[in-house]
Amino acid sequence: MIPKFTTLTSCAVPLPVENIDTDQIIPARFLKATERAGFGDNLFRDWRYAADGTLPNPDFPLNNPCYKGQILVAGRNFGCGSSREHAAWALADYGFRVVVSSFFADIFRGNALNNGLLPLQVGNEFLAKIFSEIADNPAAELEVNLENQTITILSNGLSEHFEIDAYKKKCLLNGLDDVDYLVSLAPEIKNYELCNTK
Amino acid sequence: MAKTLIDKIWDAHTIRTEEGGRCVLYIDRQYIHEVTSPVAFAGLVSRGIGVARPAQITATADHNIPTENQHLPIAEEQSRKQVETLTENCAAHGIELFGVGHPQQGIVHIIGPEQGLTQPGMTIICGDSHTSTHGALGAIAFGVGTSEVEMALASQCIIQSKPLTMRILVNGELTRGVEAKDVILYIISQISASGGTGYFIEFAGTCVRSLSMEGRLTLCNMAIECGARGGIIAPDEVTFKYLGRVEPQWRDLYSDSDAAFDKEYSFDAADILPMITWGTNPGEGIAIDGKIPADADPKALSYMGFEAGHQVIGTPVDYVFVGSCTNGRIEDLRLFASLVHGRRKAENVVAWIVPGSKKVERQAREQGLERILNEAGFELRQPGCSACLAMNADKVPAGKLCVSTSNRNFEGRQGPGARTMLSGIAVAAAAAVTGKITDPRKIFQL
Repeated sequence: MIPKFTTLTSCAVPLPVENIDTDQIIPARFLKATERAGFGDNLFRDWRYAADGTLPNPDFPLNNPCYKGQILVAGRNFGCGSSREHAAWALADYGFRVVVSSFFADIFRGNALNNGLLPLQVGNEFLAKIFSEIADNPAAELEVNLENQTITILSNGLSEHFEIDAYKKKCLLNGLDDVDYLVSLAPEIKNYELCNTK
Repeated sequence: MAKTLIDKIWDAHTIRTEEGGRCVLYIDRQYIHEVTSPVAFAGLVSRGIGVARPAQITATADHNIPTENQHLPIAEEQSRKQVETLTENCAAHGIELFGVGHPQQGIVHIIGPEQGLTQPGMTIICGDSHTSTHGALGAIAFGVGTSEVEMALASQCIIQSKPLTMRILVNGELTRGVEAKDVILYIISQISASGGTGYFIEFAGTCVRSLSMEGRLTLCNMAIECGARGGIIAPDEVTFKYLGRVEPQWRDLYSDSDAAFDKEYSFDAADILPMITWGTNPGEGIAIDGKIPADADPKALSYMGFEAGHQVIGTPVDYVFVGSCTNGRIEDLRLFASLVHGRRKAENVVAWIVPGSKKVERQAREQGLERILNEAGFELRQPGCSACLAMNADKVPAGKLCVSTSNRNFEGRQGPGARTMLSGIAVAAAAAVTGKITDPRKIFQL
């Protein structure tokens, strides 16, 4: 089971950087756990903390008390690089339910969806509008409605439709995960094997 | 209807298609390693189910392990625990494991092809983005997350949308000193680090055909670095010779001549020069004697300590790393050894020469490469992912500059604060013997 997602109204944390790779989201040295929990502590570790690794970097948005909420808004090509699902785990564990960007890397997008974290792709213009609204008013709220596939900037009413494939939408709305479904297909899979083995 | 090679293999493995287009895709072979598998096995246990097809899974330990003194227990506790967990999981579920010290151990993307486990026409996944490597043998191979590792353990299937198809043609002959690594760094510099996102790439053209299997593996390895899910090369006599055999149906694995691709690029091999990256993503590459673009990303410049419009030639180098799933094959070590033969490692350089597998390590000994390396002041380490991702003891210290034959130059990839410049073998060898960024064509007989 994955956490269900229907609607979310929350302010957002802006991270207007492009090409954020999964090594930045969670550096490799923190991938050594054999359990899924606790990765949020090291989310964006090397950007959140100063070079010696102890003091929070005050310039990083996650350390700015003005910004909070369950939505991360990031520059294009978010989640590129390593396939580590730990990146999605870290974002979810930190408390994010939605990542908004104008472009997502493929593997990250899949990993996020498999963990109930919604990768929400908007156009470049709408992304710029979100950034500018948050810059003007850090407490500005966004409303995400998965059923209707809309994201709205509540303070000015601007709204945009987003795409998500029907299967994954159903999974998120109902908290279903793929493993149970695939296991239920065992007879069909067996049949495929019988027809396709030499 | 005319089909691309990608479509042919994908469709032949699609068991059913869900509403919205996601496919239940049958996976012929799964590779697993210690980092991205433990949570997947734990998921099976919590569901009370087992591994569906253990005979179609192969495991190795590579990311976390040290590259020296592998006979000793792994010093770092968490790394040791991850490797032990893999060993326990493989034993519990009847999965073949090439663990530390095993004669077939190595980096997952080196051992699959070298042991004939990766074959033309297969679908292959691994919880590792560089699974794209295996496409060099004509397979649909791509990296997945741990949830999908669990799916494939549980059912031998995953659910994914079918990728768009892209063909990248490289025609013509490579010029002096240009390697497969330069070809892929050039392609990524042209189409950007996200230019392939959403696509699966077929590499084709006379230049691609002329590459050895090792070169093709290097090419496909970095398909992910332009965002593509994977890269594939239609199998041919080079493939069959590498595998030492051919099955009749492998000869049917090609794109129909009138098949349409969703996107196509064409490059001329003669335009490609030895490459090096100056920035913090693999698309930020230039010819070794070129200049950093005037509009270069200021954040990347600041991290790397470079200036827009400047050359990188002559920049002092602290570390040189030869290895990884990109350039850790015997052909890579052979080229490196031939270039440093009769020369000396520069005093200011720390060099890590890391074979990609135990087999490569043995070959390097048997072929006299280790002796040449030692005479030139280099040591051959033991196989593993090493300094590619700083999960093990091989880390580049903060601020230090490393010329690396690996695949990613992200901030901190080789250690917190480490600065990485990606290159092929010849550029790395030139840096290793001169101690600075050097055009290999100026100092080597290439």
